[in-house]
Amino acid sequence: MAKVMFKRPAALTDKQFHYCPGCTHGIIHRLVAEVIDEMGIRDHTVGVCPVGCSVFAYDYFNMDMFQAAHGRAPAVATGIKRTLPDRMVFTYQGDGDLASIGTAEIVHAAARGEKITTVFVNNAVYGMTGGQMAPTTLPGQKTTTTPKGREKEAAGLPVKISEMLSTLDGAVYVARVSVHDPKHITQAKKAIRKAFEVQQAGLGFSLVEVLSTCPTNWGLSPKESLKWLADNMLPYYPLGVYKEPAEVK
Amino acid sequence: MATVSFREDRCKGCELCITVCPEKIIVLADHINAMGFHPAAVVEMDKCKGCAMCARMCPDVVIEVVKEEKQA
Ligand SMILES: Cc1ncc(C[n+]2csc(CCOP(=O)(O)OP(=O)(O)O)c2C)c(N)n1
Ligand code: SF4
Ligand code: SF4
Ligand code: SF4
Repeated sequence: MAKVMFKRPAALTDKQFHYCPGCTHGIIHRLVAEVIDEMGIRDHTVGVCPVGCSVFAYDYFNMDMFQAAHGRAPAVATGIKRTLPDRMVFTYQGDGDLASIGTAEIVHAAARGEKITTVFVNNAVYGMTGGQMAPTTLPGQKTTTTPKGREKEAAGLPVKISEMLSTLDGAVYVARVSVHDPKHITQAKKAIRKAFEVQQAGLGFSLVEVLSTCPTNWGLSPKESLKWLADNMLPYYPLGVYKEPAEVK
Repeated sequence: MATVSFREDRCKGCELCITVCPEKIIVLADHINAMGFHPAAVVEMDKCKGCAMCARMCPDVVIEVVKEEKQA
């Protein structure tokens, strides 16, 4: 008997990703698609994609998709969810999109306890625009706008979104995961599934922060990027479940 | 016995599958695909465990893994 151990999820279209070689945005797309397939919710799920490298995610997810103005995905998702409360609504956002221009939208969507799910891709830079410093750029990290490394005096220290949002009552499930190896990829998928289940149960706002690579703007090979993430991002951005409602434990 | 197949035209030669394969049986081919990348391929399929770690690590969903299970 032949058993399929791995195949492309139906919640992804057949369109080829435009991402750079080794960019882990593709892994995160696939995990979201696998969860949607496994929960059997594709026919009533709506995704909202951001501005950033994942701006074309509407072409990749095989379901109803929106493309929001920069940082505004949580506001657009709020409108969709409140109009069509039976839909599962998720946003997919980078750290420039969510943690800088869209800070107000994400904080207030979480504070209001909007019953939406956010997949937050933290790659510590603005990928699409050429690797400028993001609010999540690590201390000392060289980017095109911090050629000598991020300095605390001038730019402060990185914003820890999961820690920050988990202080809000409306945010009921918050987890930080990573995709730098197969074991962590499996854990990341479980967290994304939990976040969707929280929405399905109508419990409140859920967010999964996924640590991701940007080989192109980090100036590293895809393999070196996985190691850089593990060595540099994990110590600053501890993985784990920051908040979890008893109903889904 | 497992069979790992690659959609060669989609492969970007990033080597992440090679990095995680516990059997170290994936290599980049000498030729290039239409995008100009050296595509990944399995050299000794009989050593493949069918673990699908390669497929789970691939950012471009290039790989499919099918395992032949022994009849009980
Ligand atoms: C209103 C507005 N301001 C600025 C930009 C320029 N811009 C495009 S993408 C981006 C940041 C992207 O970074 P991130 O959200 O981290 O996503 P990534 O590309 O790294 O996945 C910026 C500043 C824009 N498109 N619109
Ligand atoms: S620029 Fe960075 S984040 Fe954008 S596709 Fe390339 S590697 Fe990925
Ligand atoms: S299925 Fe496992 S053993 Fe086979 S090629 Fe992929 S990673 Fe290697
Ligand atoms: S991980 Fe995927 S894209 Fe990268 S070399 Fe392997 S098959 Fe090709």
